[in-house]
Amino acid sequence: MQLLLFNAFNGLIQGVFYALMALGLALILSLNSVINMAHGGFLVIGAYLAYTLSPYLGFWGALIVGPLLAGVIGLVVERGLIRPIYKRSDPLYSLLLTFGLALIIEDLTRTIWGAQGLPLEVPDIINSPVSETYFFITGYRLFVIGITAAASIGLYLLLRYTLLGIRIRAGTRDLETTAALGVNIYKLRALNFGFGCLFAGLAGVLAAGVLGLTPPMGNSLIMPSFVAIIIGGVGSLFGAVLGGLLIGLAAGIVTTYYPAASEAVIYLMMLIVLAVRPRGLLGEEGLFE
Amino acid sequence: MKRAAPIAAMWIALIALPWWLPLIGGYTELGSKVLIYAIATMGLNLVLGFTGGLSFGQAAYFGLGGYGAGMTLKYLVPSTPLAILVGTVVGGLAATILGPLVMRRRGIYFAMITIAIGQLFYFVIVRWNEFTGGEDGLAGFGRQPIHFGKFVVPLNDINFYYLVLLCFTLAVAVMWTLLQSPLGHTWVAIRENRRRMQFLGVRPERYVWASFAIAGFITAFAGTLNALLFNFTSPQDLHWILSGDFVIMIVLGGMRSFFGPLVGVIIFVVAQDYLSSLTSNWMTFIGLIFVLIVLLFPRGVFGIFERRTKIA
Repeated sequence: MQLLLFNAFNGLIQGVFYALMALGLALILSLNSVINMAHGGFLVIGAYLAYTLSPYLGFWGALIVGPLLAGVIGLVVERGLIRPIYKRSDPLYSLLLTFGLALIIEDLTRTIWGAQGLPLEVPDIINSPVSETYFFITGYRLFVIGITAAASIGLYLLLRYTLLGIRIRAGTRDLETTAALGVNIYKLRALNFGFGCLFAGLAGVLAAGVLGLTPPMGNSLIMPSFVAIIIGGVGSLFGAVLGGLLIGLAAGIVTTYYPAASEAVIYLMMLIVLAVRPRGLLGEEGLFE
Repeated sequence: MKRAAPIAAMWIALIALPWWLPLIGGYTELGSKVLIYAIATMGLNLVLGFTGGLSFGQAAYFGLGGYGAGMTLKYLVPSTPLAILVGTVVGGLAATILGPLVMRRRGIYFAMITIAIGQLFYFVIVRWNEFTGGEDGLAGFGRQPIHFGKFVVPLNDINFYYLVLLCFTLAVAVMWTLLQSPLGHTWVAIRENRRRMQFLGVRPERYVWASFAIAGFITAFAGTLNALLFNFTSPQDLHWILSGDFVIMIVLGGMRSFFGPLVGVIIFVVAQDYLSSLTSNWMTFIGLIFVLIVLLFPRGVFGIFERRTKIA
């Protein structure tokens, strides 16, 4: 029982990272119509920048500045590379472009910071176990869950109640009409891309505290995030979060009984969802069909 | 008939390759690798370029073919033709079975699902290490001489190259025939206007499925040859990085042209071979190739010369 709880909780934490990644991916997917293959790259950028800055700013400063810088770099990339290809109707090109970016970011990270894993120091205050029986529930892990919840709720409030959020949602529905109503959709899409990358960066910093830093760390997180979106349903941000948590939890539980299948299980779940409910748990019917 | 001359010239060059490639600093395995990747990408291009389905997980079937062939040789029978057959069927069937899950989807979503499905096979191969060798890859098998009655052909590097060339010719003939058939024309029509085909009473899903399945078989076929070429296969042969490489090779050569992928493969494989011997940062350069092709040459090498988009 202890072991099951241990693995389930580990899985949940992993799921939190998937959820954060998937949230950013889904944002970019819905308004920018881009599958951001470089999303793992932005995660790595956020994490390594936080690592580099933490001696100067402390953990807390790095936690804020790392993701923000990832977001700013996202803005620059959107402006320089992605904006020129919006007009191409074939999604192939943005896919290939971000794929290339992912290779470049991974390689440069390895060149700058080295291939060896690096640890991100987490303050003792939040790093001690909360209870002795459940030693695996460290303060840091609860903190990760808390921050993710806060970020998700923050994003929800932003999309629901601010003018910017309303415009983003309108653009997701019908970009042309939104543009015709006088919204600068270029700025809107750029900001949205930046937000998505900010979430990737946040996932990176938080994940670095648990898993440590390695150049390919983004690669191992991006595929499950795709699965999270497919299971949760394309077009639904809440679905992406739900999907992420679900697959993390499932992987954790399977680890207890049959560790070799812990990765494969999330892809099997995806196949089942696709077969039974092709639009995903919370997805809209008819999207991309 | 004006295309007959360049195509004949191409085949003559391919037949003579073991003589001229070493003269310009290449080696026969590189020639085999180019032809193998050409089979894989031309197969993938049936879905990508001709049916308009963004299949981004094709390496899975390539790798499955490789593992199918390798495991047949290692555990079942020491026969090269059987290994090729088993590997092709394993990879092709996987694509056929999964086809219905992707065939209704379009554009970005098609891409996402095909990538994610590819990862399933990746993890199965990595974790099933008793039989597959796990992360280290599958070794300990070798291609066997081919017997024609009493006549035995040993598969040294040169002979194996000719086997690959034979397979390439066969695959090209099959794909060319398919694209000239009503099936091939329907694929192109679906790519151009899916809704209109529905109005005409065609069920596009079925044709997309057929395209995906056939591409799966052909890619798996290439995968078996790839495993035999190196007498080794590794999880990297199923990884989505390789899937992305396949797609960029196709775009590089020109996805609307039949032989486009071959040109893309030649450029990409040679560039990769050269860059990786030159610098440890070759991944950055490959990434730059991706970015530059997308921004500057979206129609590929053939697109620069032929402005019209020609079909087959």
